[in-house]
Amino acid sequence: MDGAVPLLRMEGISKRYGGVRALEKADLSVSAGSIHAILGENGAGKSTLIKVMAGVVAPDEGRMMLDGREVTFASPGAANKAGIVCIFQELSLVPELSVADNIVISDPPKRFGMIDRKAQRRIAEEALARAGAADIHPLALVKDLPLSRRQMVEIAKALARKPRILILDEATSALTAADVSKIFAVLKRLRSEGLALLYISHRMNEIAELADQCTVFRNGRNVASYPAGSKSDNEVVELMIGREYSHIFPPKPAAAPATAAPVLEARKLSWADRLHDISLTVRAGEVVGLGGLDGQGQRELLLAFFGVLRGLSGQILIDGKPVAIASPAAAREDSIGMALIPEDRKTEGLMLPMTVRENLSFAALDRLSKAGVIDRAAEQRLIDDMVGLLAIKTAGLDIPVGALSGGNQQKVVIAKWLMRQPRIILLNDPTRGIDVGTKQELYLLMRKLADAGAAILFYSTDYDELIGCCDRVLVLYDGAVKRELIGAEITERALIASALNIHGEESPVSQGADA
Amino acid sequence: MKDWRYWLAEQRGTLLALGIFIAMFAIYTSNHPAGFTANVVQTAANKGVLLAFVAMAQTLVVITAGIDLSVGMIFLLTNCLASWLVVGTPIQTTLGVIAVLAVGLLCGAINGAIVIYGRLQPIVATIATGAVYYGIGLLLRPFPGGSVNETLADALTGRVFDVVPASLVALLAIVLVIWVPFSRSVLGRAAYAAGSSETAAYMSGVPIRRGKFAAYALAGLLAAIGGLFLTFFTYTGDAAYASGNAYTLFSIAAVVLGGVSLFGGKGSAIGAIFGALAFRTIGDLLFVFDFDPLWQPLFQGVILLVAVSLGAFALFRVRNRLEWFL
Repeated sequence: MDGAVPLLRMEGISKRYGGVRALEKADLSVSAGSIHAILGENGAGKSTLIKVMAGVVAPDEGRMMLDGREVTFASPGAANKAGIVCIFQELSLVPELSVADNIVISDPPKRFGMIDRKAQRRIAEEALARAGAADIHPLALVKDLPLSRRQMVEIAKALARKPRILILDEATSALTAADVSKIFAVLKRLRSEGLALLYISHRMNEIAELADQCTVFRNGRNVASYPAGSKSDNEVVELMIGREYSHIFPPKPAAAPATAAPVLEARKLSWADRLHDISLTVRAGEVVGLGGLDGQGQRELLLAFFGVLRGLSGQILIDGKPVAIASPAAAREDSIGMALIPEDRKTEGLMLPMTVRENLSFAALDRLSKAGVIDRAAEQRLIDDMVGLLAIKTAGLDIPVGALSGGNQQKVVIAKWLMRQPRIILLNDPTRGIDVGTKQELYLLMRKLADAGAAILFYSTDYDELIGCCDRVLVLYDGAVKRELIGAEITERALIASALNIHGEESPVSQGADA
Repeated sequence: MKDWRYWLAEQRGTLLALGIFIAMFAIYTSNHPAGFTANVVQTAANKGVLLAFVAMAQTLVVITAGIDLSVGMIFLLTNCLASWLVVGTPIQTTLGVIAVLAVGLLCGAINGAIVIYGRLQPIVATIATGAVYYGIGLLLRPFPGGSVNETLADALTGRVFDVVPASLVALLAIVLVIWVPFSRSVLGRAAYAAGSSETAAYMSGVPIRRGKFAAYALAGLLAAIGGLFLTFFTYTGDAAYASGNAYTLFSIAAVVLGGVSLFGGKGSAIGAIFGALAFRTIGDLLFVFDFDPLWQPLFQGVILLVAVSLGAFALFRVRNRLEWFL
């Protein structure tokens, strides 16, 4: 780095969430008047690092120095006061308030103790103009703006706080190309004004255009820092690779059952601005992975299959026949036989205060009841089968499911759906936040279900899992399938390169070959 | 779009409530044997402002995405207290008024402290505190009784310049002294922000807790002002359980009629005031059309249902069905 005292210096920062280490003795130096890019794959620790910097989470150990003096931030407000402002991926705008209200929300101008609306309006207009978004009316309500405009408001709001260090976390992911070029001009001007900018993005071309300095994170540590442009894309991918393989995966069948007829098929599926022309097939006995960086439309794709989204265009085919799935209740009907293991088991998968027994039989109540009365004996038999099959560890069936460990809760969610013997199983990042032992059991189960003839579509943010479990992986980028990897092609290098939408040495496979 | 359009969009709920009220009140006075006279307006105003104060109180809490089921009981408690304290010489009366308002503020502050620092759900916390407040009111006035400084009472329930109902002037004054400063202060904005998206507000460094606390405390104060006026109208204190519950429930109805979202973050106390006045007019309408008063609850219910349904149309535009449940 250059000889001057860095504006912000982080030393030996560690942070654990339960048993998962998000940061492990990470260091970072940020200099005034520069744009510093942070790179790394899902779960490399980027987000945690900036949350520490912005006062959202407190680190377990390590120290932060601002202007050479040690600082700690108890809240986002404290970090703001010190001049560190973060534009988060999850927007921090209050939907029912106006654009102007939001821009000044942290420190509104006051007159006689009340908010000075004229001054507020002026500040908002200035900030919007600085962000190159003068077309947004300061009196518009944030909830009425499209996502790309909200993102611009978010940037204007950050600028209105007169930051010394501005952190942009995937700030351009929702923007149109025209907005991106405006924002780039703004960022370059801010750099010349002496701000330090931290730029987190997975768009390599943006980093190439903007950054002065790059730092690569892997497994919660900073593994390399280098001046921008001194490494090729392939060298960068090389730096990001290198996770230890810690899980044991069941053997895959020798050859993918390529001849089997597809059970689940999508043709040119599009929804709002989140899914674009997605075509894919899943055959019986096959585990198909969905890869790519978090938030590239994987979740929406699963919801689309499961009948949650309205206004889909394109076709969904089951057993080769077009179907219209109007709701999750329709998706689970025998003619379709679909199950979705949701991402957030606490809100979408379980009724936490209700008992294990009740939770297990929710999805299958119609099968277990006659004329609305539940056949308790049949219920008990099926539940016993499932508890045995999945080895659910619980002190009893009549305790609240919320009292179980995370891994066992997830088993309950899965068991609940297996009670219907689904033919198509959609999994939305099912191993997030559960222990390694349970993960292994789930991998085995997944393969067992596939061998028994189920078609499985499996989204994971963990590349190891995709490599270890899947017969094929479709990599999504920006709501579209960018690449299909089959069998031995599924490597960490290929997954990362295609997740970043750059081509590694391997020649790209023609996409949507099955469509 | 022009500025006024945004203003209009923001005030839509309030203007709708105003419209409903004007329409109903016009029908009422045009069918009233005495017509649109100062007397008729005064009577209507005196009946309406009580609910208006309680509805304002409810609005403050609802804006934070909470609900206050104790407002009716604070209203009763302060009524009972006023029937003891707001008597005697002008100085004694003044001190009595201050004491009554302070008790209201305290009740609200207790609610706020329990909800915010005790992290209890507002609905549970205020059912419990409401029962406590009612219990204290009952101890103060086991039987209806007491008195009030009649000079003050008559001044505030009579007419100013023989035309304008004094109670309406008082309502306006309270709006200017409490609601306007609150809604334009940082705390008021914090209350709105917390009701709309608490996470976003927290991430933006908004003083959420203080904003919510202020909303609950001021709600207690407004309910106490309502309790004072109840004493001025009736000259007595009465811990009437059914009446307290009715005010609580009607305040929620008035708030909804007034365009305040029960999900929080949206609406104004002005809208709730018109909602309250409109809700009160329903009963009067039945009176001028010679309906049996037995029909009143049914009619109030139907009007409320219609008004609330107007707000539900947005659900048809939702494209991700999971958003129905947010």
